[in-house]
Amino acid sequence: MTHIFQQLGHATLSSFAKLGRSSFFLLLTLTGILSVIPRPRLLIKQLFSIGVLSFLIITISGLFIGMVLGLQGFNILSDFGAEEALGIMVAASLVRELGPVVTALLFAGRAGSALTAEIGLMKATEQLSGMEMMAIDPIKRIIAPRFLAGFIAMPLLAALFSSIGVIGGHIVGVGMLGVDDGSYWSQMQANLDLYDDIFNGIIKSIVFGFIVSWIALFEGYDAIPTSEGVSRATTRTVVNSAFAILGLDFILTALMFGDL
Amino acid sequence: MQNTKTQETLVGIFVACGIAALFFMAMQISNLSSFSKDDIYSITANFENSGGLKVKSPVSVAGVRIGRVVNISIDKDSYESIVQMHIESQYNLPDDTTASIFTAGLLGEQYVSLEPGGSEDFIAANGAIDITQSAIVLEEVIGQFLFKDAAEE
Repeated sequence: MTHIFQQLGHATLSSFAKLGRSSFFLLLTLTGILSVIPRPRLLIKQLFSIGVLSFLIITISGLFIGMVLGLQGFNILSDFGAEEALGIMVAASLVRELGPVVTALLFAGRAGSALTAEIGLMKATEQLSGMEMMAIDPIKRIIAPRFLAGFIAMPLLAALFSSIGVIGGHIVGVGMLGVDDGSYWSQMQANLDLYDDIFNGIIKSIVFGFIVSWIALFEGYDAIPTSEGVSRATTRTVVNSAFAILGLDFILTALMFGDL
Repeated sequence: MQNTKTQETLVGIFVACGIAALFFMAMQISNLSSFSKDDIYSITANFENSGGLKVKSPVSVAGVRIGRVVNISIDKDSYESIVQMHIESQYNLPDDTTASIFTAGLLGEQYVSLEPGGSEDFIAANGAIDITQSAIVLEEVIGQFLFKDAAEE
C-alpha cells in the first residue's frame, strides 16, 4: 500500500523537478541570447541547419495542403453554388490554423528531433562537459544560438507555408477547376483582416517556435547520457511538442478568434 | 571559407523568402486598406431591422467602399437598431443621404449602402442619417408572397 503512495509521490516530485529544471534552463537560455548577438556567425550556422534545411519540406507540404484544400473546398462549395468563396476558405484556414500548426508539427519532426539528438549526443560524448572544462558556457555557445534560430525561423517558415498554400489552392481552384481568378483573390482580400487574421497567425507561429525550440533543446540537455536516453529524449520531443502545439493552438484560437 | 559563404548566402535567401512571404500575406491575402483612426469620422443610422449586418461590414456609396460598420446596438426606447459607422474623412456626405442595408448576391454578406441626396449641407461628425431602409429579411418576403397568393385564391 505504501508502495503505491511512494510511487505517486516520486512521480509528482520528479515531474515538478523537471518543470523547475526546464524553467531554469529557459531563463539561462534567454539571458544567453544576449551573448549570441556579438557572434552572428553562430546564429547563421544554426539558421542554416534549422531554417534552410526545413525549407523544402515546408514548401512542398504547403503546396500540397493548399491544393487539397482547393479541391475539397471546391467540392463542398460547388454544392451551394458558392465556388467564388474558395479563395477565402483556402486562405482563412491556412493563415489562421493550418499554416502555424502544420508548420510547427513539421518543424518539431524535422528540426526539433534533430536538435534533441544533437544536444543529447553532445552530452553523452561529454562534449558539453569538455566545454565547461575550457570555461566555455555550453548554454551560451550551443543552446542559445539554436534557440534563437528556431525562434526566428518558425514565423518565416509558417509565412512561406501559408503563401505557398494559397498559391497551391489557386493552381487547383483557378487553374484546373475553373474558379474565377478575380473572385479568388478579391473574396480573400475582402474578408481577411491584416491585424485579426494575418498578425494573429504570425503570433501563433512565434509562440509555437518558442515552445518547440524550448522543448527540443531542454529534452536534449536533460537527456540521460546513454544511447537509450537520447532515443527516449528524441521521442519525448516530438510527442511533447505535438501536445503543446495542439493544446496551445486551442487556447490561442479561443483568445484570438473565439468568444469563449 | 567557401562553405561558410554558401551557407550565409542560403540563409540570406531563406530569410528573404520568408520576409517576401510575409509581405505577400499582408499585401495579397489581406485587406491593407484599413485606414488609421485619424482620417475617419463617425456617423450613426437607426434601422428598424439591421438583419445580418455585422461589425466590420462594409459601408459603400455607389458600390465603392468608403467605411466600415464599427458598432451595432439597440435603442432602448424605440427598439430600433443603432448602427455606428466610420467613414473616411475625405468623403463628405450630404445631410439628406439615405442608408439601406443590402445583400451582396444571394448568399453574400450584408452591407450598408449610402445614397447621397442633393442637399448642400454635409453630415457633421457624429451626426445621424435620418432616412433609412431596413434589411430585407428573406423569410418576411417569402411570407408576404405566400399570404398574398393565398388571399388571391
